[in-house]
Amino acid sequence: MSQNNKLLRIEGLVLYFNTTHGPVQAVDGVNFELESNRAVVVLGESGCGKSSLAKAILRLLPRNAGTYSGHIYLEGQDIMALGEEEFRQNVRWAAISMVPQAAMNALNPVIRVGEQVAEPAIVHLGVGKDEAYSLVKKMFQHVGVPEDFISRYPFELSGGMRQRVAIAMALVTSPNLIILDEPTSALDVLTQANIFNVLKRLKKELGVSFILITHDIATSSELADDVAVMYAGQIVEVSDAHRFFAKPLHPYSQKLMASVPRLHGDKEPEFITGRPPSLIDLPKGCRFADRCPARFEKCVEDPPVIEKDGRKVKCWLYA
Amino acid sequence: MVTDTRSKVVKGEAEGARKVLLSIDDLHVWFELRRFGFGHAGYVKAVDGVTFDVHSGETIAVVGESGCGKSSLMKTILGLYKPTRGKVIFDGKNLSELDSAGMHWYHTRVGYVQQDPYGALPPFMTIERILEEPLIVGGVKKKEEREQRVRRAMEEVKLSPVADFLPKFPHMLSGGQQQRVVIARSMIMEPKFLVADEPVSMLDASVRVEILKLLRGLQESHHLSVIYITHDLSTVSYFSERIFVMYAGNLVEKAKVRQVLDNPLHPYTMALLTGTSEPDAKNAETFKEIPPGEPPSLVNPPSGCRFHPRCSKMIKGLCEIEEPPDFEPEPGHLVACWLYK
Repeated sequence: MSQNNKLLRIEGLVLYFNTTHGPVQAVDGVNFELESNRAVVVLGESGCGKSSLAKAILRLLPRNAGTYSGHIYLEGQDIMALGEEEFRQNVRWAAISMVPQAAMNALNPVIRVGEQVAEPAIVHLGVGKDEAYSLVKKMFQHVGVPEDFISRYPFELSGGMRQRVAIAMALVTSPNLIILDEPTSALDVLTQANIFNVLKRLKKELGVSFILITHDIATSSELADDVAVMYAGQIVEVSDAHRFFAKPLHPYSQKLMASVPRLHGDKEPEFITGRPPSLIDLPKGCRFADRCPARFEKCVEDPPVIEKDGRKVKCWLYA
Repeated sequence: MVTDTRSKVVKGEAEGARKVLLSIDDLHVWFELRRFGFGHAGYVKAVDGVTFDVHSGETIAVVGESGCGKSSLMKTILGLYKPTRGKVIFDGKNLSELDSAGMHWYHTRVGYVQQDPYGALPPFMTIERILEEPLIVGGVKKKEEREQRVRRAMEEVKLSPVADFLPKFPHMLSGGQQQRVVIARSMIMEPKFLVADEPVSMLDASVRVEILKLLRGLQESHHLSVIYITHDLSTVSYFSERIFVMYAGNLVEKAKVRQVLDNPLHPYTMALLTGTSEPDAKNAETFKEIPPGEPPSLVNPPSGCRFHPRCSKMIKGLCEIEEPPDFEPEPGHLVACWLYK
């Protein structure tokens, strides 16, 4: 794993939002790395800042964004240092694209889907309309949408098809990295499985890398090479998928895993008592301490990130 | 004919002398399609010949994908849609024959837990008002009694301290708390029977388990019958005794939970189980074998078995021509598939 293999390296990324109650610390010092042609899953409950992390990477900031700092290295280049115009032209959608949450509803209802998918190609690749449409056809093939759907409107498509169109839209500029924000949470089981088959094929055939943001541990394992667990604005564990799903290290990850209902076996799922802390009023020390079954005196101090056999965990238990 | 023997079988093997609370008999719910507001243009056959019984104190899961008719089935059970054909019998009374006073009575006996808690709660009402409303409509005149029952319902769903939550508005609560309010509202008339429509699909994994356990606790302490509607097979085994798998308006497999999860018989049920992931890193290495295509239109469902165009085990000359009746390859396990004739 040489340094050149790194597609994306995030260092100390911070994104706060200003509110009347004080700053919301949605992304608070996030570090992680992603190698080329791999998929990392960012796991976390709602309100842990995982969608803000996606927005921070793509610099899609709302008006009330406050502190926004850190480094994001894309193939060695710090894209945080780029100006807005340069970022728009060379990074957003050109190098990193995104399938937004509830992509089914993210399509414009009054524009034909073909035109919507062609638009990023025309804007970013500078190709003509005809060429863009032939690209769209190719993308539709990749994601399994029939070609004649190009002239349809979003309402004429089923949820699964709309999701595929949204993926085609992210794919059309051939970016190296696609961020998927809860791509299948609104879909049926079989449609979900189909979409994951599509994503797996894209990864294998086109060499695309993915950041998959989700709260659903079970389906996340369909794509994961690596797993990053996020809690209250911070990454608390980073591990390869094999060892993570076999035995998570952080008590929060362990609790999350125990909450997954299983089809077979009699093990009852458990829930995590208490609620995640408010991102405005964060506790000192370990942010999970209040809900943690393994809490001890040390936990009043902020735990360091500890490396253990190539896995990282932010917990005093492993210090 | 087939229907008759089948319902006897189910009743015959039913646990001891449990009373049948709700009985659905050959239920059809069709919606007429009109062209330009006039001419008849066919029917959407949302529910097309569904028969089953729910015993008192029993929990049943109806599993199916969106568009399979499970919501229409549920709304007909709640009395919101009129059946086109067939009967819904609750406690010996046919819903279609009840007058408005009768329906009023029925609605105090049945609770409804909606899918999207935020959408189900009026945003301009306080929690107190939301929970009081059914009592006012239900004719509980005394203010003190209403207050007491609101408090009791909130304690039951563990929204405590109660006084903190009473003056709040829905948007001030988390998703899990909102769902607790929805459950408290459905329980406030002390129903015998609860219809829960995907009660946890909008919630986080951990909160999901919390809400499911809460529902199960209520089910046990109040001896409720529950119809749990979901598309997620993994949550079913913690909550139900029997599963009905629904596809394109029909129930294709009916059996006890463990029978379905450990030994699925219908090819569609098998596909659903394949499609459901369990956390395992090996998943990322393989592609899933999922039946091609999408569920059929309910206006013109395929002839014969409705699953045949997507089925890998289709028997040519049979499946596409004749609709399969229910077979019973093992006791209490009914499946509508020609493979088991």
